[in-house]
Amino acid sequence: MVLMYRWIFFKKTCVLIGLTLFLSAGIIRAEVFKPQLFKLANGLKVVVISNHRAPLVTQLVMYKVGAMDDPSGQTGIAHFLEHLMFKGTKNLSPGEFSKIVARNGGKENAFTSRDYTGYHQSFSSDRLEIMMQIESDRMSNLILTKEDIGPERQVVLEERNTRVENNPSALLSEEVNAAFYLNHPYRRPIIGWRHEIELISRSNLLAFYNKWYVPNNAILVIAGDVNASDVLGLAKKYYGGISAKEIPPRVKWAEPRHQSDRRITLRHKQVRQAQWFKKFIAPGVMQDAAASRALGILAEIIGGGTSSQIYQSIVVEQKIAASAGAWYDGETRGPGAFSFFATPLPGKSILDVERAIEKFIADLIEKGVAREEVAVAITRLQDAAIFARDGLYGPAVILGRALAIGLSVDYVEQWPKRLSSVTNHDVNRAIRSVFGRRGSVTGLLLPEKKE
Amino acid sequence: MFVRLLFLVLLALINVHGNANATAIEEVTSPSGIKAWLVRDHSIPLTAVRFIFRGSGAISDPKGKAGRASMASALIDEGAGALQSQIFQKQLQDRSIVLSFIADKDFFGGTLKVLNKYRAKGVELASLALTTPRFDLTAVNRIRAQIVTSLKAQAARPGYKARREWSRVIYNKHPYARPVVGTQKSVTNIRNRDLHSFVNDNLTKDRLLVSIVGDISVEEVKSLLDNMFESLPKVGKQTKVGAAQIPAKGALHVFSKAVPQSVVLFGHRGVTRKDPNFYTAYVINHILGGGSFTSRLYNSVREERGLAYSVSTHLSVRRNAPLIIGQLSTSNEKVAESIRLVRSEWRKMAINGVGEETLKNAKSFINGSFALQFSSSDRIANLLTILQYYNLSPSYLRKRREYINLVSRNDIQKFARKFLNADALTFIVVGQPTDLKDTNAPSRREFQTK
Repeated sequence: MVLMYRWIFFKKTCVLIGLTLFLSAGIIRAEVFKPQLFKLANGLKVVVISNHRAPLVTQLVMYKVGAMDDPSGQTGIAHFLEHLMFKGTKNLSPGEFSKIVARNGGKENAFTSRDYTGYHQSFSSDRLEIMMQIESDRMSNLILTKEDIGPERQVVLEERNTRVENNPSALLSEEVNAAFYLNHPYRRPIIGWRHEIELISRSNLLAFYNKWYVPNNAILVIAGDVNASDVLGLAKKYYGGISAKEIPPRVKWAEPRHQSDRRITLRHKQVRQAQWFKKFIAPGVMQDAAASRALGILAEIIGGGTSSQIYQSIVVEQKIAASAGAWYDGETRGPGAFSFFATPLPGKSILDVERAIEKFIADLIEKGVAREEVAVAITRLQDAAIFARDGLYGPAVILGRALAIGLSVDYVEQWPKRLSSVTNHDVNRAIRSVFGRRGSVTGLLLPEKKE
Repeated sequence: MFVRLLFLVLLALINVHGNANATAIEEVTSPSGIKAWLVRDHSIPLTAVRFIFRGSGAISDPKGKAGRASMASALIDEGAGALQSQIFQKQLQDRSIVLSFIADKDFFGGTLKVLNKYRAKGVELASLALTTPRFDLTAVNRIRAQIVTSLKAQAARPGYKARREWSRVIYNKHPYARPVVGTQKSVTNIRNRDLHSFVNDNLTKDRLLVSIVGDISVEEVKSLLDNMFESLPKVGKQTKVGAAQIPAKGALHVFSKAVPQSVVLFGHRGVTRKDPNFYTAYVINHILGGGSFTSRLYNSVREERGLAYSVSTHLSVRRNAPLIIGQLSTSNEKVAESIRLVRSEWRKMAINGVGEETLKNAKSFINGSFALQFSSSDRIANLLTILQYYNLSPSYLRKRREYINLVSRNDIQKFARKFLNADALTFIVVGQPTDLKDTNAPSRREFQTK
């Protein structure tokens, strides 16, 4: 988009709440990053994506720890710690990290998801060494003082206000999530519940840091105008000296069988426009890679853009919704989800759109998708894998994310190729197994007075 | 395999060796006279085309029909020539062709991003959209409903309300005060003939700027330009707008909304892009509130006191309404304190300027980070478009560093005194601030700061 003037409200630091909704543009695509993978003696995985288009580099460090690893009673700690990683270390005073990045012409940020936490900088390739030096420093040398934690806790609470409390649809999503997962920690908000953010202590934070911020729980991705042997040399020099630690066994979280369909309604004073959505539990890529591929293709066919089946049927032909679509969120350590949304057209009710989408889903289970539709969707996803190569940050995040949730480099590289083997029978089988059973949650956002 | 890889790497090195700022911009003219700026990059088999029609944005919306340019931007790819909306959209999507349009206050722009294997089709569809959009009634009604429901959904958010009120207060009677997307009422007044006249009057060659990035030859660019833009009319109607009367006196406007956190917008008159003090103002803004994790406002409001998650300022350099604009969001009970800190940083900079070390660090960020815009086709195309929009020459890529380096502490000291005026700041607050006086009054109250 050619936006030269724009209100930029969230360009500041730090959080990516939730995985990016992934429609066709956000998915893992591949085959062409041609990364090289190394492993240091201390267990740190190093991924190098050489791209000599311009003398620029992106560094990304991913820790395999996210909000799902927040201990009970400490929701939001993974995210809170991410903010505090910009404070002081044994070698740098609070805020100095960001000053060094800026002084070297770099841009930086960080994000926390349910599954992982990432820190990244982009800069000119002649600044690689200093950036690797300071990023490695905060892997083991963080110092947290009460003076750092106090104001930052307020910042996080303000962030919660901005993202959630001031935003009725985010409030609803938070409560839908809490109902959607019966057991898995995905039920808790990434940013945390307010009353628990207020209580997280310095010793809680340090314990979390010491437990998870270790090289054998991290992935270093360097993308850009570099060669692998230089990167490996620098990685050994700066990250190689950090000791590995035993990572405590992780809980093998899983959902029990869901027996009921649930319905969450939020009536809110600020809401003027009703919105409807529905989520189904679906296999995530780590549970069932083949089903996950099929569901990605399904989302492209029924929910991807204005040519999609849902938009065509419910918005264009039936004229019930102003907008409608679907997406699959399955690039996750834990269970995935398949979601539908719709906004009723003026004059139509939330129940009208609900009936129309339920009918759409029933037809889908009965009739399935056609071979030709699957072929077109596969081509589009493969095209997206070519677009994905255009940049440094994008490829770094795709690979970093994949490794952080437990996929291999090979999975990413072979993804476009493996898509080709998915048939409409695979997709139809996935449809029946995801939508043909109970366990969905429907969310309704409504104005305060009766519609 | 190995040899081929080595070869590719060598080619790439030759292409961009040294400094990203040395990226070559070529100026290309098609046989029919369409001009474009081009950066050739063979790393990925795609082509990105950006185009802008100057002066064709929301300022061209007729009275009572605010949102016309924006509605046209949403509808221009909903069917063109003989292709009805569904067929047109399907032809785009089946080939992964990204064709999108946007209306700004001042300009109307578009992007075509396409894999080279589909380039010819992409250009054909883009050209159809620009020259013979259909604006069929069913499509118009569908998009209108989307605009209305999206406006209603946004009404729940205090930030939306704050931006609306900001525009009203700052631009007052100027056309800029009208929302680019229109209002629920104004979009119902827009007919398909209004959209056709928008296209006929505004999408013309006399105001067209084109930027192209990608794996494409100069000859291919020439034919692309003619295929895509040659059949546009030569000239159209120019919309003349005068300068906005930006309030010279400071004020505080509070708009009540039952949310836990108030959104605060603030600012006053700024500088145009052509102003001789533009670069000085640019550096001042960076140090004050522009530099994301290192600015003075960030340190004072966020890092030291934890009052806000985000706080920043930026320069808006529209010729007819130059502004410095800031924003923050803070709990209802901390609004007065946050406003006090903003004013205090404003005064501090106006009175004391900046230290040598601060200036040096700011320049090294501004110069060093500029090259990051060369990391993807989209960002390069965006940069080319901005340069053309502000009538800068390709040599700007080289010269910018010098312009920034010339800004001295003395320049900043002298100019900040005139430019930054804490008493002239207009504040818009949307929320339920508890620490400002008189918060139970009706929806709108004004306080003079002094």
